[in-house]
Amino acid sequence: MSQPIHILQLYPNDMNIYGDQGNVLVLQRRLQWHGYEPVVIEYNVGDPFPSHVDIVIGGGGQDSGQEKIHADLLKIGPQLKQLAEDGTPMLLVCGLYQLFGNFFKTSQEKTLQGIGILDVETHGTNERLIGNIITRNDEFGDIIGYENHSGQTFLGEGVEPFATVVKGAGNNSRDLHEGARYKNVIGTYLHGSVLPKNPRIADAMIELAVTKRYSDYTPHVIDDLFTDLARSVAMDRPR
Amino acid sequence: MPHPFIVLMGKAVRYAARLRGGGSALPGLFVEKIDPDFIKKTLAQLPKGVVVISGTNGKTTTTKMVVSLLEAHGLRVFTNRTGSNFTRGVAAALLKDVDMKGQLEADIAVLELDEAHAVKFVAAVQPRYSLLLNVMRDQLDRFGEIDATANMLAKIASMTSQAVVLNREDPRVRRIATALQTQQVSYFGLGDDLLHHFPSDDDMRSRTVKTIKRPEASVALTKHQDNHATFMIDGRTYDTDLKLNGIYNVFNASAAIALTKAVMANEFDVAKTIAALATVTPAFGRGELMTVGGQPLELVLVKNPSGFRLGLKSFEPEGWATMIAINDDYADGRDMSWLWDVEFDTLASVGVSQVSGVRCYDMALRLQYDEVAVAHIEPELSIALRQFIDHNRDTPKRIYCTYTAMLGIRKELAKITKVEVIS
Repeated sequence: MSQPIHILQLYPNDMNIYGDQGNVLVLQRRLQWHGYEPVVIEYNVGDPFPSHVDIVIGGGGQDSGQEKIHADLLKIGPQLKQLAEDGTPMLLVCGLYQLFGNFFKTSQEKTLQGIGILDVETHGTNERLIGNIITRNDEFGDIIGYENHSGQTFLGEGVEPFATVVKGAGNNSRDLHEGARYKNVIGTYLHGSVLPKNPRIADAMIELAVTKRYSDYTPHVIDDLFTDLARSVAMDRPR
Repeated sequence: MPHPFIVLMGKAVRYAARLRGGGSALPGLFVEKIDPDFIKKTLAQLPKGVVVISGTNGKTTTTKMVVSLLEAHGLRVFTNRTGSNFTRGVAAALLKDVDMKGQLEADIAVLELDEAHAVKFVAAVQPRYSLLLNVMRDQLDRFGEIDATANMLAKIASMTSQAVVLNREDPRVRRIATALQTQQVSYFGLGDDLLHHFPSDDDMRSRTVKTIKRPEASVALTKHQDNHATFMIDGRTYDTDLKLNGIYNVFNASAAIALTKAVMANEFDVAKTIAALATVTPAFGRGELMTVGGQPLELVLVKNPSGFRLGLKSFEPEGWATMIAINDDYADGRDMSWLWDVEFDTLASVGVSQVSGVRCYDMALRLQYDEVAVAHIEPELSIALRQFIDHNRDTPKRIYCTYTAMLGIRKELAKITKVEVIS
């Protein structure tokens, strides 16, 4: 009997850059390979908010994309906040990571209010943090990706860093934090895309979502040989 | 006029660089250091001025077409043929073509320039014409954001003195017209039936192409089937066979025609244009065909998601063996994210015979998630190429490759077949 899992993809039209689509694809495929039925709900500006959501995923965008979705995001903020408090696994990359925080202050001193699920603040700069990045997290080990951002993010009291930078910049050019975590909500600057090369994060999100919805989780074994080889090459590439 | 001594020294460096092998920009670097005004002074002599061609995809093949079309109209054309599309490459190409007095035997210069370099170039040398092809996600390591790239193209347009030709189907390029005051603006475009082949970078996400009201195109591609194309030029249709393959090359043919119209104005000759277009072959690595062991081998350069998608869409995989070679050197872009913006499911029915390049495992991983079977993986290009040929002796072969992977593959192919020398 098929067991559907509903993935809410936030703003694929405007916030979807540098391969963020890869994260959705990895969740879809791994759900299938684990024996579940993925259902992707694309949510764009003005769409009705779905009644049932198991996983939330969102990506980065141009400054123009952020401005387009901003008002709509504030509108659905309370629903997303409720999902976060209920333990729904979420992955927000780059632009939406910033807007899930308290605010984003651009380099022209304009402030974009965030939805405050993650207690972080972001300040626009003229410096672009760009290149291959490796971070480490106790649960997931080495996390490998590519960062490309000029906003610098700083963590508040109510949130933990998602990982510690081993190589690269991470949240900002001052501390060694990369990303943020609150309950099962992960914010990160990693593209690459992040989930294909770090399937342990994808599997953890899937396990949380399935367990929450169906109480029982029996994963299958997935052949991750290509992942391991791609990771080991990526570890040695220049910044 | 440039100083004869500098020309002579530059030519000497060029000769020495060629003896060493490679380094098409080195002599240009030399002249640039000794005489920063060399390019400006030399190009200022040209009676019909300078054309700049820029954009993310298709510059090299489009430039090749424009040169042929203008030559068909009797113009002597100077161009930076080597694909070294930085200022230095222009200086290097000039050195090759000027005589010892620094005189250039040409009526017009047609230059393909990378967006960022084009901005610097137009600040020094004002182009009379510019052709702006598209803005896509490419080399974001260098430019940061796609909107920033669009601003670079807008800058090139605003610095152009006479006429600007824009891609009507790319919203970021079409928008450039609104800021132009004094220049003549014309567009190249697609018939409505073909629009779905070219989702812009924004439409790529939503998978639906919005039909909105678009300005009139001076030249439009209205039909395309294999090597046959129909163009609408000033409201009349013209059919022709082409040596170009791939719909993106054929679309850029309409760009080349529109630019030729802008340059030739009243002297524009449709019959000559179409006849010349029919003979143009793709630029190296852009659908370039060679013969290996009696079978065709095709090289398709892929640099960014939209280019890769168009390549996969343009070339039928049935009956062909496929190899994909992905490097991540600076010229390729270090970020592998772009592979996840391309769908490979069209290759699922035949599979991929060989994957290679520094990032071959990233490519294999990408194919795994589209459930495309991969037969062989080998990072080293020379070994992979030999395996690919050995495993597919009796089949036509196609290699999708990033820029530096293409250079490596051409070098290996030169050992076994005739490969056009790029000087």
